[in-house]
Amino acid sequence: MKPPPFVYHRPASVVAALATLAEAGEDGKVLAGGQSLVPLLNMRLTQPGHLVDINRIRELSYVDAGSDAVRVGALTRHAELARHPGVPALLREATGCVAHPAIRNRGTTVGSIVHADPAAELPAVLALLRGSVTLASAAARPGRARPDQEIVRRSVAAADFFLGPLTSAVRPDELAVEAVFPRPAPRSGTAWLELSRRKGDFALCGTGVLVTLDEDRRVTGATGAYTGVGPVPVLVELTEAVAGRPVDAVDWDRAGTLAAGAVAPEDDIHATAAYRRQLVRVLSARAGAAAARMAVADG
Amino acid sequence: MTTKLFGEPIPRREDPRLVAGAGRYLDDIDEPGQLAAAFVRSPHAHASIVDIDVTGALEVDGLVAVYTYEDLAGPLAQPLPLLIPHPSLRAARTPYPLAKDRVRHVGEAVAMVVATDRYLAEDAAQRIRVTYQPLPPVVGLDAASKAGHLVHEDVPDNVSAHLVQEVGDAAAAIAAAPHRLHLELHIERSASMPMEGRGVHARWDETDRSLRVYSSTQTSTSLRFALAAKLDLPVDRVEVVTPDVGGGFGVKIVHPWPEEVLVPWAAIRLRRPVKWAEDRREHFISSAHERGQQHSVDVGFDDDGRLLGLSVKFLHDNGAYTPYGIIVPQVTSTQLPGPYRLGAYRVEFHSLYTNTVQVTPYRGAGRPHGVFVMERTMDAIAAALGLDRTVVRERNFIQPEQMPYDQGLIFQDGRPLVYDSGDYPAALRLAKKLVGWDEFTAVREQARAQGRRVGIGIACYVEGTGVGPYEGAYVRVETTGKVVVATGLTTQGQGHETVFAQIAADQLGVPVENVNVVTGDTRRFAFAVGTFASRAAVMSGNAVAAAAGKVRAKALRIAGEALEVDPADLSIVDGVVSVKGTPQAAIPLASVAVLANPLRYAFDEQAKQATQFAVGGGIHRPPVAEDDEPGLAATGYYSPVRSTFANGVHAAVVETDPETAEIRILRYCVVHDCGRLINPRIVQGQVHGGVAQGVGGALYERIVYDEHGQLLNASYMDFLIPYASEVPAIEIDHLQTPSPLNPLGIKGAGEAGVIPGAAVLAAAIEDAEGIPVHRMPICPSELWELRNADHR
Repeated sequence: MKPPPFVYHRPASVVAALATLAEAGEDGKVLAGGQSLVPLLNMRLTQPGHLVDINRIRELSYVDAGSDAVRVGALTRHAELARHPGVPALLREATGCVAHPAIRNRGTTVGSIVHADPAAELPAVLALLRGSVTLASAAARPGRARPDQEIVRRSVAAADFFLGPLTSAVRPDELAVEAVFPRPAPRSGTAWLELSRRKGDFALCGTGVLVTLDEDRRVTGATGAYTGVGPVPVLVELTEAVAGRPVDAVDWDRAGTLAAGAVAPEDDIHATAAYRRQLVRVLSARAGAAAARMAVADG
Repeated sequence: MTTKLFGEPIPRREDPRLVAGAGRYLDDIDEPGQLAAAFVRSPHAHASIVDIDVTGALEVDGLVAVYTYEDLAGPLAQPLPLLIPHPSLRAARTPYPLAKDRVRHVGEAVAMVVATDRYLAEDAAQRIRVTYQPLPPVVGLDAASKAGHLVHEDVPDNVSAHLVQEVGDAAAAIAAAPHRLHLELHIERSASMPMEGRGVHARWDETDRSLRVYSSTQTSTSLRFALAAKLDLPVDRVEVVTPDVGGGFGVKIVHPWPEEVLVPWAAIRLRRPVKWAEDRREHFISSAHERGQQHSVDVGFDDDGRLLGLSVKFLHDNGAYTPYGIIVPQVTSTQLPGPYRLGAYRVEFHSLYTNTVQVTPYRGAGRPHGVFVMERTMDAIAAALGLDRTVVRERNFIQPEQMPYDQGLIFQDGRPLVYDSGDYPAALRLAKKLVGWDEFTAVREQARAQGRRVGIGIACYVEGTGVGPYEGAYVRVETTGKVVVATGLTTQGQGHETVFAQIAADQLGVPVENVNVVTGDTRRFAFAVGTFASRAAVMSGNAVAAAAGKVRAKALRIAGEALEVDPADLSIVDGVVSVKGTPQAAIPLASVAVLANPLRYAFDEQAKQATQFAVGGGIHRPPVAEDDEPGLAATGYYSPVRSTFANGVHAAVVETDPETAEIRILRYCVVHDCGRLINPRIVQGQVHGGVAQGVGGALYERIVYDEHGQLLNASYMDFLIPYASEVPAIEIDHLQTPSPLNPLGIKGAGEAGVIPGAAVLAAAIEDAEGIPVHRMPICPSELWELRNADHR
């Protein structure tokens, strides 16, 4: 369990990192927290020729808790995000479910999103909040322009970002510099629930639910996001099962049934597909009810 | 003997070192010029080796050597030893150090690479191209017993061993019984999984023609003999040292591993130190696994639930090779009866080859399977008759006054299975009280009324511990008054530095701080068996007591001569020998040690006391008497006529989620009887660790192979060892029924915690759910599927 040889780069700026990534192309890999990449390297399951360590680029470590969205820099650790006072409940709850303290202290939020593990929490949260990822790359002809003009940025919506298991829309020459988590609308509530075999393991199924009420406390919208039941984070529109009802009269089991019918999980060594479907059913109902309670408190 | 330390829960003396990270494990050993080994391992479960092309590896800078089977010669080119032969083992097969022509499980070593460091060794290994001709793999007991394909072409039915033991006429007893039940019970495959994998470091001294090997092993002495034989070296030119070992749990009793002979062999050939430290994936696919049995049970009983006859047939998956013989199934078959009088008993097993990693003992070593079978049967009898589960057990218990009790079977040590002592009814009473058995009906009903499912289970076991043939110890009082204790068996975290020091300190009347214990180093003690089968405390504990007792007698004799008193009038307290009632007539043990070694040369101030002109009297007798030896030292051995049998009862309360089928352990209670306790704190720790592994085996851990023989969960991400968060608080009560077999009255405690885990948790889940549980481990998904199957 020793990695094969690679060239180690430790750029001090985004521009330098992007230049290296552009040069390395398919043979380059970004190292941030390393909590997924280093085991993969050690097991020789990935063998990049160039490792671009961004840990010296301090400007990428930030949490910008704005009124419309929370922006998280590429070097922000899970633990830093979770203890930031301006972070919405869903993000904090889901981040608290990521692995163990040692991993949360080192692993990065953006890194987890880019890794695109369908069992991971943060991709599902990003999807549920209709967030996006900002990708940067070196301009084709940097010339003598100012550094920020040497960088090309694009924003990719969560819906377009996750392409498959461990596959995201990030090109080899790109660096994901920021994740943007929009804040839920007023009179919204959220909840994150998951069931894992052991505390801190990737969940058999993780469920986030976002519920929005109108001024009369009737449900206007409900969405579920699920980990572990598809190749990418799975979003299920639950509104039709619960919309229009006063929040106190909603039968959240209906949302569970709807969600269970909408997902297509697979068998693996830890659970059958049918059991995962059952978890979607149960966790949707429980998380829906919890999110509704929060929405009531919010409105 | 004085008893001021024996029985005291003193803190573990090794902990400050180990907990502070100051332990020295195999991979901590580094020397200048050292090389590293890595192995090319088979990706196929079953294949012929067509070609091994090493040319790619030659391009790696730092490559020193590549070896394949073709390079081996003499004893090294022969299969590795069959460690425990048995007459029933009709087709024993062991692997070659490097595969010869054929591989029989994923992970079998095919080539060895030596390079200047492990990174480069792995780079080179990756570039070696092995061409395989895949063969049909045999995976699972069904495929093995059908024998449509063969693991070893000369073993036509895939059966390595077949054994029947019978006491009375079980078939007739069952046929004549008023009630009969049939059960099919399964225990799935698991593994020891010590946190530290295997590892070996070897250094050859060309001038001295001697080999020093460090190995993370459970037996340094036997490994030494095996290496001398395999490498064709005189035994006195080989020394094996066990550094700190990060857990063994059985897997490291197997020896010599392929790597354990190949690394020293390479060190000799290359005349440079070579190290190999196993990585986690290697451990999963190339060490050993355990559990993995299917049992078919027929039982006959009367209206009161008394057993009249029990017949068990089981299949045991021994993997691709059988280096450890039939120990696991043999222990299962003989420990299955537990604390019960069975009436007639017949047990028959077939041990079967599969194209999977070999199966050798893992903590419990066949007992968890046997206890699962017996206790599930007891619960089934209770259910069939509508009796309380503890009542059925009480009615079948062997009573204390029936001890010693002969089960009429031959145990794993080749000797009759005779329980030496134990009070099973008392243990059950204690356990019922501890867990609140009689009050639980109300608890269960109350929970049901709240929509909750809770259940209780209980399981009893008897564990043969302290198997022979022997252990020894050397005890010496230094002229500083410090005491050195050396015993040959190894330590993997058990606390031997503490308990053996307690025993020696008591015998010698010295503070425990003055005693230093060395284990597992053939330079210090050459004759030993090893650490397994809950035997270290019983065997080496009694050997230390014997050796220290001899030293004490010698100290009293020499002190008596010096003080001119009868040794019987002397006592030793705090390292000073004094006349009872006259404490001013005294001599320090340190001075006695000086006097015990008549000297010519005064190499230090103290030594002057023992030189020829200082020692008065006795000029007409030799300075060292004919039957004496110099030094205040002695060697002692303990060799029991047979094993001693510990016992216990576990009880657990679980809650299952009606919707998600999550299984939560609310309470876990242990009543444990291992005879006299040397150190209750250490026994408690052994129970805690054992229960954690029992919980793992019941609810989390399983080795999963697919039909191609690929191991699907060869990492700690997918092989689920419980964390602290999954292990419940453990409530413990002790009984102390001394063993009459050894002077200290002790029995083994190392494996007890794990043994009834699957049985007790299956019982509790069954009680909570009202659905029979016949297969362990069980996870939420399986429980949920079991519910659905039950409803259909």
